[in-house]
Amino acid sequence: MPGKAPVKKYITANEAVAHAARLARVEVIAAYPITPQTSIVEKLASFIASGEMDADFIKVESEHSALTACMGARMAGVRAFTSTSSQGLEYMHEMLAYSSGGRYPLVMANVCRSVALPWSIWGDQQDAIQQRDTGWIQLFTETAQEALDMVLQAYRIAEDHRILLPVMICLDGFIQSHTEELVEIPDQESVDAFLPPYDPVVTLDVDDPHSISVGGFGKHYAAWRKEQQEAAERAKEVIVEVGDEFARIFGRHYGGLIEAYRIEGAQAVLLTMGALVGTAREVVDEMRAEGKAVGLIKVRAFRPFPAEELRQALSQVKAAAVLDRDCSYGYEGALATDLKAALYGLANPPAVLGFIGGLGGADVPPERMRYMLERALSVKKGAPSSAEFIDL
Amino acid sequence: MREKVPGPTSKAGSIPTKMGSWSTVKPVLKGRCTFCLFCWIFCPEGAISQDEANKVVLFNYEECKGCGICAHECPTKAIKMAEPEPRGGE
Amino acid sequence: MKLRNVSKEELYRCSYGCAGCASVLAVRLTLKVLGRNSVFVVPANCISTVSCYYPQAPFFVPMTVMAFAATGAALCGISAGFKRRGREDIHVVGFSGDGGTADIGIQSLSGAIDSGYKFIYICYDNEAYMNTGIQRSGLTPYGATTSTTPSPCFENRPKKDMMRIVAAHDIPYAATACTSYPLDYMQKVEKASKVNGPTYIHVLAPCPTGWGFPPERTIEIGRMAVESGMWQLMEFEGGEFRITHTPRRRRPVAEYFEAQARFRHLRLEEIEAIQREIDASR
Ligand SMILES: Cc1ncc(C[n+]2csc(CCOP(=O)(O)OP(=O)(O)O)c2C)c(N)n1
Ligand code: SF4
Ligand code: SF4
Ligand code: SF4
Repeated sequence: MPGKAPVKKYITANEAVAHAARLARVEVIAAYPITPQTSIVEKLASFIASGEMDADFIKVESEHSALTACMGARMAGVRAFTSTSSQGLEYMHEMLAYSSGGRYPLVMANVCRSVALPWSIWGDQQDAIQQRDTGWIQLFTETAQEALDMVLQAYRIAEDHRILLPVMICLDGFIQSHTEELVEIPDQESVDAFLPPYDPVVTLDVDDPHSISVGGFGKHYAAWRKEQQEAAERAKEVIVEVGDEFARIFGRHYGGLIEAYRIEGAQAVLLTMGALVGTAREVVDEMRAEGKAVGLIKVRAFRPFPAEELRQALSQVKAAAVLDRDCSYGYEGALATDLKAALYGLANPPAVLGFIGGLGGADVPPERMRYMLERALSVKKGAPSSAEFIDL
Repeated sequence: MREKVPGPTSKAGSIPTKMGSWSTVKPVLKGRCTFCLFCWIFCPEGAISQDEANKVVLFNYEECKGCGICAHECPTKAIKMAEPEPRGGE
Repeated sequence: MKLRNVSKEELYRCSYGCAGCASVLAVRLTLKVLGRNSVFVVPANCISTVSCYYPQAPFFVPMTVMAFAATGAALCGISAGFKRRGREDIHVVGFSGDGGTADIGIQSLSGAIDSGYKFIYICYDNEAYMNTGIQRSGLTPYGATTSTTPSPCFENRPKKDMMRIVAAHDIPYAATACTSYPLDYMQKVEKASKVNGPTYIHVLAPCPTGWGFPPERTIEIGRMAVESGMWQLMEFEGGEFRITHTPRRRRPVAEYFEAQARFRHLRLEEIEAIQREIDASR
């Protein structure tokens, strides 16, 4: 490993994310306070104040402007960073779609939190899931370390000329944002070796002038949208490629688009995203120790959706229990729906049981995880699934 | 220079469609031009150019939309809006 | 500044704008001052609509279309980016309509002025949402009809005073202008371009389609707006307002109103009341 040794520290995922933005040599930061994200921008402001980071901190008046300013910085050819949560992410909605369609390689951290009403500052993933179709790459993380590592990887993925799409790194409010974990903070030299300086493509260049982010009718419009879809599909390979290269330099690997945990010979598999994976891992270990054929899939990439990976991982499984921290009202949890669509056409598909839990910061204790897996173990093939609220 | 920038972008100053077809009525210099440049500065389309050698203004009919501002603003009323005669010699 | 010395380069050509559009003229005049070393941010409005449909690209300088509400923030981001790259010499220009400035974009504009970054925010004011078909905006003047304020329910509130709003931010430089006074406008753009901070120029741009007058009268109508006192040319600098042009003759506002379909419904008493208000404000 080149350069000086990495530092290990007990920090929150929010602080870890701020370190990642610093190490990525971000030059423009624009963000607006909202719980539980605020400490990310506060940390970045303090890095700039102490001279540890050389960047412009744009004091914006809203999240809509924060994301727009980051897009503006990209248009001028420099790397930018923002982070938000919940109402703030909703407030950005227009600019989310704007920036992906314009092919700006933005990177943001979203500290997942429930959305009003009912009012709640606590965690679930409704905010991020609601933005599913805005064209952002959405990657969910489990730990503070993974959040840091994925922000660094996000810059590589977004800025890759084969991709040029914005990336949202999701971390769970409070569970990750406000809990300290031992985190290895990489040294600058290694990060520089991993993440080269930004080579911008879509810019306002007075020497090579273009009208950018324009409009078009019919065929032109469809062609741009198809290019965007192809880039999003291509991101599946690039996410894996970047993860592998990251592992070679830093020695940490998270398993690509999904991480399959103890699914060999499993009859029932639990699927979820984000920090609750930690609890689920322990439950699977316990149940395996009791001789029960259960496993876990941590879905890391929500968009692009790892349909093929899930089909392969679940082809021999009897039932899949899906824990969604969100709900598409009038139907079911979003991950459950997407999983079912991915499994469509499999010769012997598993039954899919949808569970909705951990809403508004509700704890999902090991007993609940065990309940979901037991239900999956005992389910009859082809049994219909509906959204079951497990917090009550 | 990049051949093609991804996403919805076009090369600056690409004007495959000329707007002159919007109107058949065009400014024609009929009276005395004092080369005051009022018509030139007020033309929204930039369809008037300056012939400095002859001290008169020239109209670019390919891009003129026929709004009539130049004729209306000319202090000597040198410009008339009309259907220009096709140029001879063809 | 003399007409003879104004740049002959045309950097905005063949837009889809209506014949006789003063907003199109405003873009052209702006580029005559700023030249190729400038980039434009144009939110949803007439100018983006008539300039952004692939493959037609009437801007000869870099431009981006922007979300309706987001001009100010985009200017900050771009300006910050250029600053980081040591390219503060590039003029970063916003070109937003009256709706994009005084209504949906006012928050972002306020934030942008507050940020202190260097940019020129130009509000071209055609006094309604023209792109979507002549709906009222916060800058539609009292008495005008639009498609959302049809007669007899004409606009019943005065035009928002954007100059006082931006001045309240302690902006280093702001000015009003009108496309009928091109040298005055261009001088103000030039002045703004030399300020190392946020600047705002509010240019009245008559719209033949929305105001209801024949296109050849665009310049004349703008002149009438200033001569009647419906619009004033001024600057705000160093904390002070200054009138930059006093019309040689004062024109009755009735003449200005008669020339446009949007005011034609006004009754004599209403016109007289407006005239009294203009006279009182001088
Ligand atoms: C968020 C949002 N709301 C509404 C619109 C629709 N829209 C596009 S342009 C426009 C009016 C623009 O008015 P103005 O800023 O005055 O410029 P003008 O068209 O008059 O030049 C509206 C309402 C939009 N694009 N985005
Ligand atoms: S008619 Fe209008 S567009 Fe044509 S040259 Fe005269 S001012 Fe320009
Ligand atoms: S306005 Fe009339 S006099 Fe002046 S330059 Fe034009 S044509 Fe000549
Ligand atoms: S509607 Fe008015 S502002 Fe819009 S392009 Fe036409 S003349 Fe110009």
